[in-house]
Amino acid sequence: MLDLKINGEVRQFPAALTVTGLIDQLGYTGKRIAVERNGEIVPKSQHATTQLAAGDQLEIVVAVGGG
Amino acid sequence: MHQLTIAGKAYRSRLLVGTGKYKDFAETRAAIDASGAEIVTVAIRRTNIGQDASQPNLLDAIPPSQFTILPNTAGCYTADDAVRTLRLARELLDGHPLCKLEVLGDPTNLFPNMPETLKAAETLVKEGFQVMVYCADDPIQCKMLEEIGCVAVMPLASLIGSGMGIVNPWNLRLIIDNAKVPIIVDAGVGTASDATIAMELGCDGVLMNTAIAHAKNPVLMASAMKKGIEAGREAFLAGRMARKYYSADPSSPTSGLIGS
Repeated sequence: MLDLKINGEVRQFPAALTVTGLIDQLGYTGKRIAVERNGEIVPKSQHATTQLAAGDQLEIVVAVGGG
Repeated sequence: MHQLTIAGKAYRSRLLVGTGKYKDFAETRAAIDASGAEIVTVAIRRTNIGQDASQPNLLDAIPPSQFTILPNTAGCYTADDAVRTLRLARELLDGHPLCKLEVLGDPTNLFPNMPETLKAAETLVKEGFQVMVYCADDPIQCKMLEEIGCVAVMPLASLIGSGMGIVNPWNLRLIIDNAKVPIIVDAGVGTASDATIAMELGCDGVLMNTAIAHAKNPVLMASAMKKGIEAGREAFLAGRMARKYYSADPSSPTSGLIGS
């Protein structure tokens, strides 16, 4: 089991995941999002090669209406 | 010369608009089109994990290929949170460095926390961001932000979302007269005449959201704002006549009157 804290909530995943794998599981493939892992940006170019570890804290953000 | 230039890029429109508080993305887009704005602000927020991921995205309605997207740090109360948010925004927008920094100090009046704003601006400029900064209408701190390297300084006209208009035109004049970067009034405009007054004072542009989004007819107000900005800019460039406080001066000839 892989426990990840995503956008402030702990979620469990059955097996090892890369950032690309996580994005796929969340249904965000092809969406305009950005990912921060443990306080550091994970650039899109590194999504496929960044392996997630238990306890990782992730922020996944999107653009919304605002002034 | 009559264009607004920010960080080396020229814009035809001096009206910058937000995308918050609209009924839906269709209304957002219609209002932006009516406003003629080229620079459009967005906020950065967490995705709703577990909710329908196929929901429409704001950036589909306002594509970065057609607009200059200006991500903001609305809701941030510390320099660290603002910097983190804009690093995410830059990643989201494929490295686009232009951003709107705002670090708030009080949730009831949304006044900026200037020490944190100055701190965040220093970090962001060092990291290569092109920072447009929401700030207090304090001429000294506006100059400090310019000296840090912000590409535009954006003092409030009155409180965010208040629609109270230009409450301190004299401070704005001091800021404008002393500036080497564009000064853009950000926040407080309520109607088209407020935007005109800001431009007549010599502001380089106006950024607004609520005045359009919360008008009864947002699209019509967006059009009015476009005209208000243009009228104010032209009046500023034309140079207004001197005020005469104690004497009238007839517009028609004083000679050749019948019966004289």
